[in-house]
Amino acid sequence: MSSTETTNDGASTKVEGLQEFTLRLRRYDPESGKPAYYEEFTIELEPHRSVLDGILQAKNDEDGSIGIRCSCRAAICGSCGTRINDKPGLACHTHLDEALKRSKDGKITVEPLGNMPVIKDLIVDMDAVHWKKQARVTPWLLPSEPLPEREHIVPREAMVDVTQSMACIQCGACVSDCLSMEIDPLFVGPAALAKTYRFVGDPRDARHQQRLNDLAQDPHGLYACTHCFNCIEACPKGVAPMSQIMRLRRIASQDHHIVDRNNGERHEMAIVNSVKKYGTLNEANMIPDSYGGKLHPASARAMLASLPVITKALLRRKVTPKSALFHPKSPDQAQIKRIYREVGEREQRLEHNLYITQPDEDPAEIAAHEAHVAAAAAREAAAKPGVDQTGAGA
Amino acid sequence: MPAHDVLIIGAGLAGQRAALAAADAGASVAILSKVHPVRSHSVAAAGGINAAMNPADDWRSHAFDTVKGSDYLGDQDAIEVMCSEAPNEILHLEHIGVTFHRNETGHLDLRAFGGASMKRTAYVADITGQAILHVLYEQLMKYSDRVDRYEEWFNTSLIRGDDGRCVGCVARNIRTGEMQTFTAKTTILATGGVGQAFKPTTNGLICTGDGMSLAYRAGARLMDMEMIQYHPTTMTANGFLITEGARGEGAHLRNADGERFMVHSAPNKMELASRDVVSRAEQKEINEGRGTGPLKDSVLLDVTVVPKNRVLEALREIVNLGRDFAGIDITKEPIPVRPGQHYTMGGVKTDSDGESDIPGLYAAGEVACVSVHGGNRLGANSLLDTLIFGRRSGEHAAKVAASMPMPTVSDASLRDDEREIKSIIDRPRTGRRVSEIKEELGVSMNRYCAVFRDEEGMTKGHEIVKRLQEEAKTAYIDDQGTVFNQDVLGALELGFMLDCSEAIVKSALERKESRGAHSRTDYTERNDEDWLFHLTVEKDGADAGADAKLGQSPVTITQWQPMERTY
Ligand SMILES: Cc1cc2nc3c(=O)[nH]c(=O)nc-3n(C[C@H](O)[C@H](O)[C@H](O)COP(=O)(O)OP(=O)(O)OC[C@H]3O[C@@H](n4cnc5c(N)ncnc54)[C@H](O)[C@@H]3O)c2cc1C
Ligand code: SF4
Ligand code: SF4
Ligand code: FES
Repeated sequence: MSSTETTNDGASTKVEGLQEFTLRLRRYDPESGKPAYYEEFTIELEPHRSVLDGILQAKNDEDGSIGIRCSCRAAICGSCGTRINDKPGLACHTHLDEALKRSKDGKITVEPLGNMPVIKDLIVDMDAVHWKKQARVTPWLLPSEPLPEREHIVPREAMVDVTQSMACIQCGACVSDCLSMEIDPLFVGPAALAKTYRFVGDPRDARHQQRLNDLAQDPHGLYACTHCFNCIEACPKGVAPMSQIMRLRRIASQDHHIVDRNNGERHEMAIVNSVKKYGTLNEANMIPDSYGGKLHPASARAMLASLPVITKALLRRKVTPKSALFHPKSPDQAQIKRIYREVGEREQRLEHNLYITQPDEDPAEIAAHEAHVAAAAAREAAAKPGVDQTGAGA
Repeated sequence: MPAHDVLIIGAGLAGQRAALAAADAGASVAILSKVHPVRSHSVAAAGGINAAMNPADDWRSHAFDTVKGSDYLGDQDAIEVMCSEAPNEILHLEHIGVTFHRNETGHLDLRAFGGASMKRTAYVADITGQAILHVLYEQLMKYSDRVDRYEEWFNTSLIRGDDGRCVGCVARNIRTGEMQTFTAKTTILATGGVGQAFKPTTNGLICTGDGMSLAYRAGARLMDMEMIQYHPTTMTANGFLITEGARGEGAHLRNADGERFMVHSAPNKMELASRDVVSRAEQKEINEGRGTGPLKDSVLLDVTVVPKNRVLEALREIVNLGRDFAGIDITKEPIPVRPGQHYTMGGVKTDSDGESDIPGLYAAGEVACVSVHGGNRLGANSLLDTLIFGRRSGEHAAKVAASMPMPTVSDASLRDDEREIKSIIDRPRTGRRVSEIKEELGVSMNRYCAVFRDEEGMTKGHEIVKRLQEEAKTAYIDDQGTVFNQDVLGALELGFMLDCSEAIVKSALERKESRGAHSRTDYTERNDEDWLFHLTVEKDGADAGADAKLGQSPVTITQWQPMERTY
């Protein structure tokens, strides 16, 4: 969204009055013995107000038995994770008008988060899933002993860097729609892995290797994520769990040379090498390469075990017999090789971080802004003598 | 029936810190909270936490700033304890994992905050409270074998034994509706403030003054209740807070004419004067017609003068708040703000080990009044207060518990509370809705007990509170169930807020001077001769309907005699 649009929204809502919205809430009362059902409430609010404000109006004015956890109303306590028109997020962080835009039937449907048992209405059992998974990753700092007398001295950037995963408010929105977790309920999951980065990215923690090895060897761990991007899209705080998972994998394989028994690391290297060689994925080589090359005994076993997948790929024309045998190179292969060379030559991996750079940063805009700040500072400096005098006189 | 050495009610920063300290001291510990601990309102604290960490700084300077900020109503012995222990507490937090931001040399970075003579606020971007709260919770998970957590349990009353000691509490398991008596040798209240008695407020929906009211009902004194902080920068659009860290990073305040009006009331500190001073200056601009916005009810906070990369690194949360909740890109345009209810300086009267008037009952954090904040709390001193006095309470309670037997507790209170809850659920739908009364209370308190106060308004406010107390007795709810019956808890919370509101208005009416956040248009000056003491409030008699009785308590002065307060 461009900023002018945002500004206009803000300005226009001030003059616009109230608007009616229909909320369609999923209700479930465990004491009634009845299955869940949907109930509609009509509420009236300014369109920029949140879905949570809408639900609270229904709760205050019509039916106090509507169950939803909430406190801060400002996307910081993490209580109000729900699914709104099929998308997980925070009710207090979703505007009514936005939610309406995404609706197919003109109603705003609110349901409890997925992948967790429902206790009542919009309240799910976070302990049974989310918090259990947090506990799985040894979620506390393990510094080396003895502790320093004063604070640990660590690079400035390191603490700014882990802020992105520290920003997680444990709302469970990412857990709700994690594809891997749907298939494998034992998967450690996006939030707990993002939490892991908070320690692995923290130079004060002395157990990076053990943490990574533990999660890499766990068949439901580091390599069980299928890159579906759902967690990135769901997260209201920009934690981007999948990106943190990828960073953990890069650190595990490149810095700690961890080779896991689930072949996650080799699979990833196979992808990297395929793109390097062909510019695209050579699907036919993925399995043997992931399992140590075509001659490795394990790779034959894996090929056999994967036959259904290979057949499916052939059927869906993802892999044609011809392309499997003569994998075509991408026309820009020289470019791709150059990218690999450049990235490979860097002394440090460059990682994208929300707190350090912004995705849509425009250099011209930054320059203009810096000029503005400098001008303001100059104005202040010019005004300063006067200010000081008044101060001395007071 | 669960029985512990130390029982902690509330799992914000104060409660969690108390639990860890008590466990470290060898006590068996239970911590009970009506929301999951990381949902506690401490999570919203943005700007940072004060400590004289810089070698060029001195805790005495921090203490003096705090005394001056309190408008000389703070108790100086307690302030000395807090400020001198602050640096070690920050180091402890750093050691257990808080990701405090660093400067170029890798040491803790410190930012400027209001009312401080030096940069002494440690921070984690603008999610300091969240970062500390989540790290303490990491430790609680680590301490799972030593600290029993009761998450989503609602405390309904405190229990006093025959000898008058506090011997535990009654609580309701929100998930099942089951009521339980908790026996404890010592009990620590850490239930936070009462912001929800005001509307709007920067406080979350759970900040309903439960602990203040429970202690008051059990016979403890409350203190400094008239001192309600209005924060200078709450978003006009929705009442959300913009951290003082924004001004700490250099943001300006301007009126409709574009003037930096703070030059009139705080020519030296400008935007970084004490909060009461800045809020009054803003309210004055607004009252005198120099406000901005369609209703001329705001002033402008200009963050565009702060370098953008610094904003993105250190003030990211308020960029999000502006964008998502007000549709304003604060890096490009100023944002309309005004003073809004933010903090309860008063609370359960304690000493600097957290002990209240009732033996065995402690209080720490925003629920308590030690009093380190007096008439006005400095920004970033509250997190410090929760941690220092949370720890001290935990340690002291554990020590006391070590040398006494486990009390025996009857379940008379449990049955009373069960009956009370049932009677609320069974009420006929003839009175008012609980939510309606809460709304009227919030609007009235915000009208009559705000930045500027006078006799006439507060008298009206008092009458309204008295009427609402009556109406609350017959107020009805909808939910008849036991599983997650939030409705019935709302009715109980309304009762708590009404108790606190009465204490607030009564004390405010009584104090006939202007001091700190208590600024009266009919008594405009501070009057040390007649009013340099704390006002206390206690229940006049044991029965439920008893009135509030006012009293006095001396202010402790150690090294700083009251002076005129200029910024
Ligand atoms: C938006 C905002 C920003 C702030 N920024 C700063 C800052 O930058 N620096 C600073 O120093 N201060 C700041 N403050 C103030 C500071 O955050 C609070 O004063 C402090 O966190 C209070 O902590 P606490 O532990 O006392 O209570 P809380 O964190 O409010 O915790 C109260 C606990 O008690 C529990 N509880 C309450 N009632 C019951 C009951 N009946 N039964 C069971 N459990 C119960 C709750 O569940 C919760 O766990 C800010 C405040 C706000 C609102
Ligand atoms: S990207 Fe991975 S962790 Fe994230 S939701 Fe998809 S499968 Fe789950
Ligand atoms: S990573 Fe994001 S979506 Fe997942 S729990 Fe944390 S804040 Fe919520
Ligand atoms: S109410 Fe706190 S995150 Fe929505």
